[in-house]
Amino acid sequence: MCGIVGIYLKTKKYEKSLGKFLSGMLDNMATRGPDSAGFAIYTKENKNIFKYSICLNKLSEQDFKKKISKYLKKIKLTKYSDHVVLETKESPKSVIKIINENIKEVSIVGYGKSINIFKQTGNPKDVVKKFKLSSFSGTHGIGHTRMATESAITTEGSHPYSTAEDECLVHNGSLSNHNNVRRELIKKGQTFKSENDTEVAAGYMSNKISEGNDLKTTLTSSLKNLDGFYTFIAGTKNGFALLRDEIACKPAVVAETKDYVAVASEFQAMAHLPNVNSAKIYEPKPGIVYSW
Amino acid sequence: MNFDLTKKKLTEVNQYLQNIDRKSNVRKFKIDNPSGHHAICAGLKDDIDVTINGHTGYYCAGMNQRANITINGNVGTGVAENMMSGNVFVKGNASQSAGATGHGGNLVIEGDASSRCGISMKGINIIVKGSVGHMSAFMAQKGNLIVFGDADEDLGDSIYEAKIFVKGKVKSLGADCIEKKMDDKNINELKKIFKELNISENPKNFKRYGSARKLYNFKIDNAGAY
Repeated sequence: MCGIVGIYLKTKKYEKSLGKFLSGMLDNMATRGPDSAGFAIYTKENKNIFKYSICLNKLSEQDFKKKISKYLKKIKLTKYSDHVVLETKESPKSVIKIINENIKEVSIVGYGKSINIFKQTGNPKDVVKKFKLSSFSGTHGIGHTRMATESAITTEGSHPYSTAEDECLVHNGSLSNHNNVRRELIKKGQTFKSENDTEVAAGYMSNKISEGNDLKTTLTSSLKNLDGFYTFIAGTKNGFALLRDEIACKPAVVAETKDYVAVASEFQAMAHLPNVNSAKIYEPKPGIVYSW
Repeated sequence: MNFDLTKKKLTEVNQYLQNIDRKSNVRKFKIDNPSGHHAICAGLKDDIDVTINGHTGYYCAGMNQRANITINGNVGTGVAENMMSGNVFVKGNASQSAGATGHGGNLVIEGDASSRCGISMKGINIIVKGSVGHMSAFMAQKGNLIVFGDADEDLGDSIYEAKIFVKGKVKSLGADCIEKKMDDKNINELKKIFKELNISENPKNFKRYGSARKLYNFKIDNAGAY
């Protein structure tokens, strides 16, 4: 089944409450996906600093600090449950290489100038508390509660998937041609960490964006190239988009006010948002990209 | 009598409404703060009036018998699914599969209904004052789907003997669904439905669609049974 949620703020009014809103949305969608949860939250960028969201797995924060300090000077580490956010001026190319070659115990969940991304197995109600999601402020956020079908209940199998700087994707549904698309993307130089179908969709999106397409064009082209059932919510540093496949078996509902756009699998995910009862509420049409 | 779903459990409210004392004079109920919960007012079976103030989740007013249920908001998937009788009024938009498999009664949606509206309907009247999504009246067997706006792709795909009336544009018709002549009998049928539901609308503005009867084994000898 799975539950997906997303919120994009159109004005600054609710920036401080973004984490609280997203936390409530995930909490309300625990019924659709009790196995694991994850979320990406876009916070204010600091021009020269890159943020790397890293899952420590079994490594302690102290040991990670010791190891990474051998390669990087001037770093800032902030711990959130079993994740740390590493802040440095060093570019993704070199940091990814350093970590992948020298600190194999950990995994990079996502990176960019704005994105923070966390995921974990367990009930979404507990996961949001462990990462203190309510305390975050930001501009937009995307989340997922998972009922595993395609691959095992692991952190690697959890959403959101981030396959390029400041990009992420969540998915409700299943893709049928993901093995083929994965092979084609690997030939183009894309790398994958899991067997999961959604990671392929995220990789597809990153590949299209790297070719110079905008988010809307990218998602429109996925209608042609990705086969299966899906509702996608995608995020970039400044963008937020939603797409349902043309059969539209997977649900979605949008609530829009002058201050925010909220998207979720079911209305109950957003029932706690301010002024939602007077929002413009509609079901997105199949095969049409909605972007903000 | 008023219920507030932030204060009372949905199962308790539903159980109360499902077991009304037939002799009781209290026949009007109000439900506040539905907050998108599923199956609100499912399985009611008495002639009571219930008003729900807010947006509901899946299967609202499902399996309804005799009750009049008004939703001042939007409804999720499968509103009034498998309804037997009574009336369900939706003041906002409806999600997919509205009125699915409904046997009887009236479902009136003031806004739009999305895909598969009236899927496998079996005698219900569904009136949508906005537009309907794709594959509406899929395999519809009996009853009337009346659309004031437009209909998306594959309207009436694999339809049996239900009737479809559309005032606006039809994007495309599904397999075995064709436009049919709007005769006096049909006009009178619509008139009767509109009168019963207090709707002022001229039946002559509608086009009728129905089964070409080429896909299923229809025997003309049995025509009287439909």
